[in-house]
Amino acid sequence: MVAAGVATLALALTACGSDSDDSAEGGSGDSGGKVTLTISTFNEFGYDDGLLDEYMKQNPNITVKHTKADTSQAAGDALRNALGAGSGGSDVAAIEGDQMPEFLQYADKFEDISDPSLDGRWQDWKTAQATDAKGRLIGYGTDIGPEGICYRSDLLKEAGLPTDRESVAKWMGSTWDDYFKAGEEYTKKTGKPFYDSAGTIRLGMENQMQNAFEKDDGTIIATENPEVKDMYDQLLAESAKGLSAGLSQWTQDWNESFKTGGFATTLCPGWMLGVVQGNAPDVKTWDITNSFPGGGGNWGGSFLTVPSYGKHVKEAKALANWLTAPEQQIEAFKSKGTFPSQIEALKDPAITEATNPYFNDAPIGQILTDRANAVTVKPFKGPHYQAINDFLADALGRVDIDKVDDADTSWNKFVTDVNGLK
Amino acid sequence: MGPVRCPHGTGTGPVPGAASSCDLREHTTAMATTTSSRTAGSTPTPAKPRTPRRAGFSQRLGRWDLKLSPYLYISPFFILFLVTGLFPLFYTAWVSFHDWDTVMGQGEFVGLENFQYVLTSADFWKAVRNTFSIFLLSSIPQVIIALVIAAMLDQNIRAKTFWRMGVLLPYIVTPVAVALIFSNLFADQSGIINQWLGALGFDPVRWHAEVIPSHLAIATMVNFRWTGYTTLILLAAMQAVSRELYEAAVIDGAGRARQFFSITVPQIRPTMIFVVITSTIGGLQIFDEPRLFDQAGNGGSDGQWQTLTMYLYRLGWSQSDFGRASAVAWLLFVIIVIIGLINLAVTRRIATSGGKR
Repeated sequence: MVAAGVATLALALTACGSDSDDSAEGGSGDSGGKVTLTISTFNEFGYDDGLLDEYMKQNPNITVKHTKADTSQAAGDALRNALGAGSGGSDVAAIEGDQMPEFLQYADKFEDISDPSLDGRWQDWKTAQATDAKGRLIGYGTDIGPEGICYRSDLLKEAGLPTDRESVAKWMGSTWDDYFKAGEEYTKKTGKPFYDSAGTIRLGMENQMQNAFEKDDGTIIATENPEVKDMYDQLLAESAKGLSAGLSQWTQDWNESFKTGGFATTLCPGWMLGVVQGNAPDVKTWDITNSFPGGGGNWGGSFLTVPSYGKHVKEAKALANWLTAPEQQIEAFKSKGTFPSQIEALKDPAITEATNPYFNDAPIGQILTDRANAVTVKPFKGPHYQAINDFLADALGRVDIDKVDDADTSWNKFVTDVNGLK
Repeated sequence: MGPVRCPHGTGTGPVPGAASSCDLREHTTAMATTTSSRTAGSTPTPAKPRTPRRAGFSQRLGRWDLKLSPYLYISPFFILFLVTGLFPLFYTAWVSFHDWDTVMGQGEFVGLENFQYVLTSADFWKAVRNTFSIFLLSSIPQVIIALVIAAMLDQNIRAKTFWRMGVLLPYIVTPVAVALIFSNLFADQSGIINQWLGALGFDPVRWHAEVIPSHLAIATMVNFRWTGYTTLILLAAMQAVSRELYEAAVIDGAGRARQFFSITVPQIRPTMIFVVITSTIGGLQIFDEPRLFDQAGNGGSDGQWQTLTMYLYRLGWSQSDFGRASAVAWLLFVIIVIIGLINLAVTRRIATSGGKR
């Protein structure tokens, strides 16, 4: 089978290219056997520092063209259009983890990539995210977003609180209640906010719920789920106590606050480390704990998919397979810090022994590996996840950030919004 | 594009669009020649003597040419308009009567359900409010400022071309760059404007939380980009105003201000109407600036600055519901047509009252 041959190529990474080239030629029937593949990603996947060139060198009959969207949202819009039209999209299309549930509705429009050779490549929950009800696997996992807590040691020091990683982790405790209690202590002592916004903390809490918004059959329960309402009430109660800085993520004010000390802590998935450093390059006191309230948590991480409209799905699968093999993902981590979702890669010294000088030489590889292993819940996100997620972010924002509604009015608007969904 | 005459005997016309129909016509003439006797030789010029039968045929051909050709020449536009304008318009109506998923396509026929949902949704009416508010806040100051700048550029100043090109500079900056600049100005805490206000002892304005401030900020972005463009159009109209009128006014002792209001403004009235109509259509479809006003691009947590096109986009793309999005598109179309008709009625009255002067 071609797929098996291709998998061998991907795993062995040696010059066995000729076999698989022949089969690819036979499969596509293209003149001269030359195949041009397009791959679309967003933000930074770490493929530009030689990985794609390397692939083309190993497979002389393949030319890879890479297009990058600036946001995962834009990439999702483009893919949705291409799927609707049945053409015009990339052969390999990247999808952000939280958008995956929506695209799983259209799983039939993607190639099923499940293959015995891929068993055990990724952590179970990563694979589960890209598997539909019929058991079709449509995405090759790239990276994941295991979370620790980023904190500014100088701000904690001023408040007379612990500053080194271990003591801070202990002080913040193991549950969200503990974390909020620590925050109340900080805010009482300093009069300053503890974290950036209720919306950010919400993402951490919600990603630990099995069925936050939808039941496994897709029925919407967001407005009746007591877990969601309790979380909403608790977050806004803490905002009222002054724990939240009321800063919307990715805004100019939020970016600035990493420098100016607008808040002392925030949630930090692997890919956030670069964001923190980029926003406050001269601050030397950001650090990261090897702990997370309520157990492990994952925020973000992506997949490569092969839409069925492509003319060269076999070759496209081979490329996506190769790029998401542990060896290549380690290179991507070295290039752009995207933390691998591959079990093998997580054991590699290049990952486990990695440190980050900006974060006070934190053993970042070890921390993120531990954080990834601590993830126990595989949150179910159904087709309406993205829409409900936006509505809830707005609901919290109206009270926490914009202060235009009280908690109850805003919740009622949220209920109306959700009920309007089909 | 007016009808273009074919240069006889050559294959290419002066305008690429006209070339094909010229080729076609020559081809038909050539065909006609071959079906009859080939006495005419290789060049079928009508000046050569012909048999009565052929003369009649070419006369008939000439008549068709006279009647049909103008339509042929203008047909590319209308065919294109049919394909890219009229067809999507009716197709959108068709979609709006269905349960229509963005990816999965057509679902059940649902009648007016999508319209009912949209018209009873608070978000839609908020979007209507925002669209009109941003439109008025941007268009009115824009036309007034453009008028003043154009009047100044119309004077005898040094380095005319430099200043005239200068006003167009913001127009060639991409909206994304404009949004970047203005997000620095209008940031709620770290923004320059709020820092100035703070230095003067005022409370900071919550640009991203309150309705009117957010509209003012967005209108500023729109005006920054479009005022120069409007200025140039008005300037062109002012240049065409006969200089003798001003000379006569000067002799009569009219000052600069009196000249401006009594000569310049009435003389460029048709151009002003054009500017008002185009800015109405553009203003009601405003999308880029409000979408780029914050990172999420949803128009604020409470829809403070969500416009109709943004609401349409959110329904169609974030929620994958083309049916409802199409309903919004049609309602927007109806609104624009109504405003267009009001515009027409008002401007016609202004135009005729101007004519009586």
